[in-house]
Amino acid sequence: MKELIIIAIGAALVNNVVLSQFLGLCPFLGVSKKIETAAGMGGAIIFVITLSSAITSLIYTFILEKTNLTYLRTIVFILVIAALVQFVEMFLKKSMPGLYQSLGVFLPLITTNCAVLGVAITNVQKEYNLLQSVVNGFATALGFTISIVILAGLRERMEYNDVPESFKGMPIVLITAGLMAIAFFGFSGLI
Amino acid sequence: MNKYMERLWNGLIKENPTFVLMLGMCPTLAVTTSAMNGLGMGLTTTVVLVMSNLIISLLRKVIPDKVRIPAYIVIIASFVTVVELLLEGFLPSLYSALGIYIPLIVVNCIILGRAESYASKNKPAESVFDGIGMGLGFTLGLTSIGMVREILGAGQLFGLQILPSSYEGVTIFVLAPGAFFVLALLTALQNRMRKKKGKAAIVSRCGEGCLGCTNTGCSGKIQEEAK
Repeated sequence: MKELIIIAIGAALVNNVVLSQFLGLCPFLGVSKKIETAAGMGGAIIFVITLSSAITSLIYTFILEKTNLTYLRTIVFILVIAALVQFVEMFLKKSMPGLYQSLGVFLPLITTNCAVLGVAITNVQKEYNLLQSVVNGFATALGFTISIVILAGLRERMEYNDVPESFKGMPIVLITAGLMAIAFFGFSGLI
Repeated sequence: MNKYMERLWNGLIKENPTFVLMLGMCPTLAVTTSAMNGLGMGLTTTVVLVMSNLIISLLRKVIPDKVRIPAYIVIIASFVTVVELLLEGFLPSLYSALGIYIPLIVVNCIILGRAESYASKNKPAESVFDGIGMGLGFTLGLTSIGMVREILGAGQLFGLQILPSSYEGVTIFVLAPGAFFVLALLTALQNRMRKKKGKAAIVSRCGEGCLGCTNTGCSGKIQEEAK
């Protein structure tokens, strides 16, 4: 149990997926203009990463390791993730239209998000078992959601600020993200 | 300038994937802690890009339109696996320095973007030169960011001490936040230069996630030229 909590805190705060590992940077910079959309994106990411961590972990232990094909993991994982996102989208559309309304638009964007593949590969490299993989996946995605929502909040405030001409747009967002990364260093004493 | 040189020029300067198109941001920020790592990542990506462009261009009439994206991904992932195994075998130090970012070349926007917007519509020779141009442009971007970070952070360049040893490195530039700051400054500088020339500011096109690449997003001008 203690080990799982350490994995969770490490993945969500200390080694934050965007701010210290730079995974999932595209949606982090692109879909962070409004808090609501940022939270929607975060929700979709939590859903997909948790599910894909479980499935890729099962496939790795029970198929790839059994058949000595572990070097195929990159190909297998990316295809599994792409197929999974498609299935999730179809499933939500049919059976949970409410949830689909709020998460649906973000799902296609996640297919080739590097955070999803990154978590799957990290799980394998650190030799996590199924439960540890799921916890790591969920916590990583939670860390993503925390940081994207904070960034969206900051950007909403910045709308009214007088930003130097050359820094308008991307540069000021990158500076904000850099300052957030410094703030997140504060968590490194936690574990 | 013939069409092959034009492709190289286009990738290196005109549509530089790092500075102009702002694609492949994850590796750009993550592995540029030193100039050497940036160069290594850039060249690794170039190899994958050239090979996948070549194969996709050769197969462009065979791959059915509806399943083209999964087909491209399988081709790209195969080359990434090959390159990963080669690096592990022959350049173990680079392999451990780049770590998880090697398998993640698969989801690098630039590669799928070039496959979709260029290689799938053009002849093999041109696609290879397009791959070389874009790859070298990416390498240029990564190496220059790596150089800035290494000089400011450690006073070194490619591992050689170039600033006087009394210079105390600003460690933050080698750490994660420094990556954001350096890229912000480089983009701001470029915005300023473009403004003088009366061009629009740089906009990140990867907002739609990496799938945006397969649309008009990353391909920009190329797409218009194709029409």
